[in-house]
Amino acid sequence: MRDREIIIGGLILFLGLITFPVWYNAAAGTTSKGPEPKLPAEEKNCVAPVAYMRISHMELLTTWRDEVVRQHNRKFVAFDGKTHTMSLTQTCMKCHTSKADFCDRCHDYAGVKPYCWDCHIDPKLVPLTSTSPHPEGTREREG
Amino acid sequence: MSIDRRTFLGVAGLSALAIAGKASLAALAKSGQGVVTAESAPATRWAMVVDPRKCLKDEGCTDCIAACDKAHNVPHFPEPAHEVKWIWKEPFDKAFPEQGSLYTAEAFRDRPILVLCNHCDNPPCVRVCPTKATWKRDDGIVMMDWHRCIGCKYCIVACPYGSRSFNFFDPRPRIKELNPDFPTRTIGVVEKCNFCEERLAKGQRPACVEACREKALVFGNLNDPASEVRELLRTRYTIRRKPELGTNPEIYYLV
Repeated sequence: MRDREIIIGGLILFLGLITFPVWYNAAAGTTSKGPEPKLPAEEKNCVAPVAYMRISHMELLTTWRDEVVRQHNRKFVAFDGKTHTMSLTQTCMKCHTSKADFCDRCHDYAGVKPYCWDCHIDPKLVPLTSTSPHPEGTREREG
Repeated sequence: MSIDRRTFLGVAGLSALAIAGKASLAALAKSGQGVVTAESAPATRWAMVVDPRKCLKDEGCTDCIAACDKAHNVPHFPEPAHEVKWIWKEPFDKAFPEQGSLYTAEAFRDRPILVLCNHCDNPPCVRVCPTKATWKRDDGIVMMDWHRCIGCKYCIVACPYGSRSFNFFDPRPRIKELNPDFPTRTIGVVEKCNFCEERLAKGQRPACVEACREKALVFGNLNDPASEVRELLRTRYTIRRKPELGTNPEIYYLV
């Protein structure tokens, strides 16, 4: 065939481009790497068995939310008999101290953005307080 | 004996009425009772008594306001149209519009009164909330669920006291000092005083009550005859904000 070199060269270039995701990820080592949340060092038991928490922690948190806010009941007895206060920041974050090293690892991998943190404060963020002045200036609150 | 269908149905209907009628009459009679008996009264009914004379000793004092804002991550917006407040000071004739005169006592005239959500017994905000994001707990607190609030602001329209504030902007940057033990709210929800229900759950008094250096705020259980609030209500005359509206507010002001 005519222009054999151009055709073969073009085919090789096309194959290289089309398999870009495969060889790039292999080279960067990012394939087959699942999320690695950092587990707490001291506590071995969560408030529920690990298998349940892995699948249904959101259900548990929703139940906790409704119990605390709607029934004003904060006492939770875990599967191992220990009593806990139902609170994300005060109980869960006691052991899973870093949102970035624990919660975000799986959430980023799965591409989910739970909106808990719109309101509930990640304890690690506390030193950051408002220092930016309001564009219209400040005014003493009345009284 | 032979009986035709019409007669049979008539007799059956009358018998059913006789059996069921007595029970339904009894139920109707009971529902008319508004009396709260000792068995049906809840164990706790939170209320607060404010002593404006003690409060106004130092007019510039904002200890309670600062304590509340800090404990609950209340944002600070300087312009009044956007302000978010849980407890604040109102001029006397705005707080008690029906009760002033040209000659209002000097202790109160021209001086601000501390006001907050009244946690009414008959709250209009609860009645109008379309999602039941605000409701009345059995211990008297008018509670808010910020997960469920859709920000329609109907409760703000309904509240005759101006106790509720809407988050027109993201509150996080406007919070002076983040308290990690209490969540913030997001843009688009209504917020108000919650009587420090999270502190009450731990057996502590509300933040404003504890912060007041003059002990002008007294908080307690109305259903406990020995509580300080009951003692004050028994011995002193109190007024409430806009009682003519029928909301039955539970914040009492000593005069």
